[in-house]
Amino acid sequence: MNDARTLQVTTPTDREIVMTRVFAAPRRLVFDAWTKPELLTRWLGARDWSMAVCEIDLRVGGAYRFVWRGPDGTEMGMGGVYREIVRPERLVNTETFDDPWYAGEALDTLALTEQGGTTTATTTVLYESRDVRDAVLKSPMDKGVAEGYDRLAELLASAEGPSEEG
Amino acid sequence: MIAPDHLDATFAALADPTRRAILARLASGEASVMELAEPFAMTQPAVSKHLKVLERAGLISRGRDRQRRPARLEARPLAEATAWLELYRQFWEDTYQRLDTLLDELKASEDGAGTRADGGRDR
Repeated sequence: MNDARTLQVTTPTDREIVMTRVFAAPRRLVFDAWTKPELLTRWLGARDWSMAVCEIDLRVGGAYRFVWRGPDGTEMGMGGVYREIVRPERLVNTETFDDPWYAGEALDTLALTEQGGTTTATTTVLYESRDVRDAVLKSPMDKGVAEGYDRLAELLASAEGPSEEG
Repeated sequence: MIAPDHLDATFAALADPTRRAILARLASGEASVMELAEPFAMTQPAVSKHLKVLERAGLISRGRDRQRRPARLEARPLAEATAWLELYRQFWEDTYQRLDTLLDELKASEDGAGTRADGGRDR
């Protein structure tokens, strides 16, 4: 695998999940992909879920609203408010789900740094408590993760390994 | 199918840096309370307390030896906890791969249109 581009997920504090990923594009394109509805709808969300609603009022204090529709018609909506916008390097917004699968509101920070035409994107999600953070880690995008459970089963099988010491 | 409930205990146990250090120490072999207390500059009751939390989370087991009751690492719950993190990672990796494709397209269409200096691109 290409190490430099592999997604890193870390939990540097009790309330945060931090993801770091390198993209082979200048950061203004990455920033656009993150903030323009016509681009965001093309990538954000679970596999096989389409983005039915993607409204973005990209101003500090402006709201955004996303709704995804699953293969069986189930919808999942979320939204929030932009707190900080520094194009093309930083975006801070709140996030709340309509049908909350975790308690309260979380704060998302996207930080983009560019070097030689490639961009490192660091997203930090700050939850209200450690319990909430852990619950999120344990339910990757809850709905529509049946395939994920299959993969988890495979992972566990391989993690267990062959050794069983007496 | 995996019951995720016991993962709460696992994550709670892992949230403490001392307990993580104890697990790291146990990864290189079992150790008694006394042997653990020394490198961590902790009292034996304090170590015992941490071991109790780890044991309840199923992350370690204690030997039967009355005197020493050595603590040893139990790999399985730890593997499960990392697996959840890995699953979360994979979800986002899938998503970001779609973003890769999109960015490639955007770059290609920009190149096709003739790239301008950065300064002219604000909107």
